[in-house]
Amino acid sequence: MTNTPQFLGRSVFDLDDYSATEIMYILEAAKGMKEINLREYKKIPTLRGKTICTLFIENSTRTRMSFELAASRLSADVVSFQASISALSKGESLQDTVYTLDAMGIDLYCIRHSSPGSPQLVHKYSGKPVINGGDGRHAHPTQALLDIFSIWEKLGDIRGLKITIVGDILNSRVVRSNLIGMRKLGAEVTVCGPRTLMPSYMEEVYGCIVQYDLQTALQDADVVMGLRMQLERQTEGLFPSLEEYTKHYVLSKHTIRYAKKDALIMHPGPMNRGIEILPEIADSQQSIIVEQVANGVAVRMALMFLILGGKV
Amino acid sequence: MKTLIKNGKTFFDDNFVRKDILIEDERIIRIAGQITDPADQVIDATSKIVTPGFVDIHTHLRDPGQTYKEDIITGTLSAAKGGFTSICAMPNTEPVVDNIATVEYIQRRAKDLGYCKVYVIGALSKDLEGKEIAEMATMQQGGIVAVTDDGKCIQNAKLMLNCMRYAVNFNLPVISHAEDYNLAGKGQIHSGKVATQLGLSGIPALAEEVIIARDIMLAESAKAHLHIAHISTAKSLELVRRAKENGLKVTCEVTPHHLLLTEEACLTFDTNTKMKPPLRSEADRLACVQALADGLIDCIATDHAPHADYEKEREFDLAPFGIIGFESAFAVLYQDLVKPGHLTLERLIETLTSAPAKLLNLKAGILAENSPADLCIIDLGDTVLIDSDSILSKSKNTPWLGQTLAGKVTHTICGGKITWQAEPAAETNEPT
Repeated sequence: MTNTPQFLGRSVFDLDDYSATEIMYILEAAKGMKEINLREYKKIPTLRGKTICTLFIENSTRTRMSFELAASRLSADVVSFQASISALSKGESLQDTVYTLDAMGIDLYCIRHSSPGSPQLVHKYSGKPVINGGDGRHAHPTQALLDIFSIWEKLGDIRGLKITIVGDILNSRVVRSNLIGMRKLGAEVTVCGPRTLMPSYMEEVYGCIVQYDLQTALQDADVVMGLRMQLERQTEGLFPSLEEYTKHYVLSKHTIRYAKKDALIMHPGPMNRGIEILPEIADSQQSIIVEQVANGVAVRMALMFLILGGKV
Repeated sequence: MKTLIKNGKTFFDDNFVRKDILIEDERIIRIAGQITDPADQVIDATSKIVTPGFVDIHTHLRDPGQTYKEDIITGTLSAAKGGFTSICAMPNTEPVVDNIATVEYIQRRAKDLGYCKVYVIGALSKDLEGKEIAEMATMQQGGIVAVTDDGKCIQNAKLMLNCMRYAVNFNLPVISHAEDYNLAGKGQIHSGKVATQLGLSGIPALAEEVIIARDIMLAESAKAHLHIAHISTAKSLELVRRAKENGLKVTCEVTPHHLLLTEEACLTFDTNTKMKPPLRSEADRLACVQALADGLIDCIATDHAPHADYEKEREFDLAPFGIIGFESAFAVLYQDLVKPGHLTLERLIETLTSAPAKLLNLKAGILAENSPADLCIIDLGDTVLIDSDSILSKSKNTPWLGQTLAGKVTHTICGGKITWQAEPAAETNEPT
């Protein structure tokens, strides 16, 4: 390939820093990594001697495991720093935490933090590449990449696909990163949820379609993605009850029939079965929810490999 | 002691005219085309402008209680460097300025130092808690010039009404920091495109507007002078316009940052773009500029709000709100509003001097014989660098950090004494 995109030492704060060509290059690399994950001995020596730190200031077992597994399979050393934001705000600042970690010789940081923009801070303090593993409601680029990878693997070219994302759009970093990536690759994306859970200016910022009615939103969709609906939004006064939410926005056999036959069903997890999605859909033939998780490891391996300049 | 300022373009009767100024001790004793009287010191203001000392009715000096951010020494030195000779200190110190002892402490300390005149604004409610009326009358005997809970906003309309009715007794203007807590929520920046993009909680324009609407109605009922602090949205301006048209005593101020920056500045996650009210949309900004030019906005105020480096150097949503303002105020406004022709230099000077002084009845803001010798000399052709080495404030939290701005205050004279004098401009040797 001529004009090979340059990834060495680059951070992944969000997908807006990456072109469509670069995103596709990452997906190709992830395809190779996925193959490694299917082997009996799931390990290659490519990042031997490199140290990757997972810096998780917000709880997430699944994403952290995915990052750590990805690093291990590339033979990097992995260290993990976990703290709650309350502990961090009382004690050491993020700046001092990063200085401390950096003194131990970290080559790449994977960070999860409740504050938007914190991956940029980690990069500023360390000078090292940073992969954003989710910063508040802002971005979750590795989730978006694994979602796009999963669609691409099943349906091929993303261009022209109709993708519908349903749920708590307001609080979702997954939606924001997916919108950037999917729009770059030419998909037509519709977001759907109650008005109180829809941020303003969505059309202008992302060039997506906003729908408040599920049936209209699902019309002819190639891909349908549900989002986790949290009970705390109810106490925040954003909607009256989970029951009422489910009645209007649940992905079920009944509602999904407006989408294309065999439309892919996705969910970034963890799922609330019976609230935003019914088991009949989550566990159906169309569902690729479990595969998304497997693809997450492959995509993260690809990023680590490209950023740290792994040798095959 | 006599000081003579010669050959400057002097802001006199709202116009710039070639006049000399003779100062004796704390007063201006003569303003005339040519003064040849002997003087102890002569300042040559050739090719510079001479204006009344600037007046800032909205500042946070953090003293007493938070002197790691700022104290009265650094705060007034910073003010002097920016050309200010009279400033008003907001009451959200520790302890709160809700008692005469704290009023007297701040005034005495500032007077002893002599870098800048400091007027004190007292609390509206005790300890800024929004529960009981503060002892305004006692504080007024100590010298307060207005009352406010700035930084906080009384949510209880009944208490706000009673505060206003009480303040009217003593002719104290009531300054409103308009923010509905429920609407503002945990908001970090303006509820707009950028908040959506960055996933930061928004502070809607409505959070400001509903309180301004409420306070205008309360002020009408109480017959109070209501002054809206740091106005920031187009609809807020409409509310004030209607109140003024209805003959109410409602005034407002705007900050340099709301005149010059928008929500777009937050895209870099720079915590020096985080303040209350937040930087708004471009349409709001343009409305503020227009309203300042046409007189709807009465004056400029910096809302100088120092925070220590380590408080601002952190995650965006965990950093405190507020930015410093003294040292960049004139230069940013001159450079970005006057030079491109959005505002006349005369209107800028008026809104930095006589207009704010008039609002709070301060003896400041004009150049006239027998008035206080508070003035500043500005070289519009020179520049000022805003960087952490040169900023005199204890804190460096400004969105203009690292920038070189047009319009340099070369001298500030407060009460007849030179309180700021810049290094003379370096000779530039252009390579041939």
